[in-house]
Amino acid sequence: MRLAFSLLGIVVATLLTVAMLFTSGWVRPPIISTQTGYRGTGQEQLISAQNKRILEAANALPAPIDKASPSGERATSAYKNVKVLTDLSTDEFNRLMVAITQWVSPDQGCGYCHTDDLADDGIYTKIVARRMIAMTRDVNKDWTSHVGDVGVTCYTCHRGQPVPKNVWYENPGARHAGGMAAHNYGFGHPSASNGTTTMPVDSFTPHLLGDDNIRVVGKTALPTTQGAAIQQTEQSYALMMHMSQALGVNCTFCHNSRAFLDWSQSAPQRTVAWNALQMMRELNAVYLETLKPLYPANRLGPLGDSPKANCGTCHQGVSKPLYGQSLLKDFPELGGKAAP
Amino acid sequence: MAYYQNIFTQVQVRADTPDPGVPVPGMKRTSWATFSHLLGRIGNAQIGPIYLGYLGTLSLVFGFIAFEIIGLNMFASVNWDPVQFVRQLPWLALEPPKPQYGIKIFPPLSEGGWWLFAGFFLTSSVLLWWWRMYRRARALGLGTHTAWAFLSAIWLYLVLGFIRPLLMGSWSEAVPFGIFPHLDWTAAFSIRYGNLFYNPFHMLSIAFLYGSALLFAMHGATILAVGRFGGEREIEQIIDRGTASERAALFWRWTMGFNATMESIHRWAWWFAVLCPLSGGIGILLTGTVVDNWFLWGVMHGIAPEYPHVFAPVVDPALTTGGAP
Repeated sequence: MRLAFSLLGIVVATLLTVAMLFTSGWVRPPIISTQTGYRGTGQEQLISAQNKRILEAANALPAPIDKASPSGERATSAYKNVKVLTDLSTDEFNRLMVAITQWVSPDQGCGYCHTDDLADDGIYTKIVARRMIAMTRDVNKDWTSHVGDVGVTCYTCHRGQPVPKNVWYENPGARHAGGMAAHNYGFGHPSASNGTTTMPVDSFTPHLLGDDNIRVVGKTALPTTQGAAIQQTEQSYALMMHMSQALGVNCTFCHNSRAFLDWSQSAPQRTVAWNALQMMRELNAVYLETLKPLYPANRLGPLGDSPKANCGTCHQGVSKPLYGQSLLKDFPELGGKAAP
Repeated sequence: MAYYQNIFTQVQVRADTPDPGVPVPGMKRTSWATFSHLLGRIGNAQIGPIYLGYLGTLSLVFGFIAFEIIGLNMFASVNWDPVQFVRQLPWLALEPPKPQYGIKIFPPLSEGGWWLFAGFFLTSSVLLWWWRMYRRARALGLGTHTAWAFLSAIWLYLVLGFIRPLLMGSWSEAVPFGIFPHLDWTAAFSIRYGNLFYNPFHMLSIAFLYGSALLFAMHGATILAVGRFGGEREIEQIIDRGTASERAALFWRWTMGFNATMESIHRWAWWFAVLCPLSGGIGILLTGTVVDNWFLWGVMHGIAPEYPHVFAPVVDPALTTGGAP
């Protein structure tokens, strides 16, 4: 009897240890720690050497393409139906088309957007692509508060895939029995979008499409008016978890965690992130959600909305997309010019 | 020769038949009792007899109802899928009503109504169990220390789930049911109210929590260390020289100059344990009701030091650009 119990105990302990070793997603040391704030405030960033290598490899720039002259024949006279890239030379225009094929549809080629008649708008992807080029130029011209002079190109999000890896849809949550059972407002289900917590699975619709207030912390020492509810706090928290994971940073990249609200103790990155939120709201509302009528059903979300962008769409796990390498510098075709 | 020790009992002391215990008038116990070797390794090998009574039975029934309400709502939230129920169990929640329902007693069942029912039955169950604990202690002629210590924990539970939400005028301020949900709630609660670490009652509660752990370790270690001299028979040894009791006292007096007595160490432990949820409950009760941001409160009262600024000055861009925060 005693022996049986002991053996059983040893077997259970061994199985649990093995399960723990192989299922918990360990991070392999060494961990590189970088202090960013004043000592004692915990403002530091952590990354494992292994993850750093993986991310650096994933964020290498694509093969360069020879520069084109901005002078010479205009694209608008060489091609019909040019609506956005009206200020480019034919050489620049062709170069950009080659680049877009390389960045967005390397396997599918020109035919992903074009029919034999290049001017034809018959395939929906062409109209989407046109809209995306306008968006990219808009970002590079009007949102330097977030993208600086590094800027963005199609490659920042697409990375060789027609649909960027990280897009989001309005998320009604997993299937629920319904009826009079508690529906919990989307709480209580782990997901990539809430950082595997129990907080709401969709913090994007209210905050990155709508402009619901993200600030929930009490503004004064003593109560004055009814402040944010805890459930609203958890919604903001879920969004912050997303930002943190999308950028591969922790809370203290922007905040001093002893006083999340206080701007005077925050890192300058918080301003950059704040501008990003403003930018996301505009891009999602103006450029992405409005494309909904064009998409076939398989491109739409469970509630029939179009794919939209969040922090992860560009950042893909690093605080500066592509580790701050500016592909835009090599592609002036995409920047600094007014969107029509 | 086999010998008797305190915790890893190498010889299990047991009678041929289970001991029914002292007879107490009006306290009818089950006739069922048995022995368990496995439990004998960590405690007394005899299981039962047990006394349930009206209070115990009702408490278990109410507790079962609460458990079912919570569990079935969680099961419904994964569309009755047993695989997802097991996989997501630590995350599954039963959330309190939304803020717009205030302290309405009957919000829709799907929007917090079940939470209120579960809370009612769980609270009833806990209070009945408290009453039962008090009455059993009395029936055995004991003091009621255990019941009052339990009440301290119940106080914290009631503040979190009932008293504070009432004062705030909203059930949405209360804690959700669920393993991870109540932990995520705690993190969000601290952030919403400007960092609970600057709440002096939170500080006290932590001090008593860590203090309890330290005292428990010191006392447990002391008694185990003098076990070879029969230290578990502490009170009967207290007047003799050279006993485990005297050695334990000398050990602490020689190492730190002061020793608790065999009696007072238990008062130390009892008060530390009781004060942990008691002060914690006061801290929660003050949060949101009289203090909205503990960090700013700490600044106001000079307990939050200022650190040198290492970043270029950062100003809230919502103030300058007019964007939505």
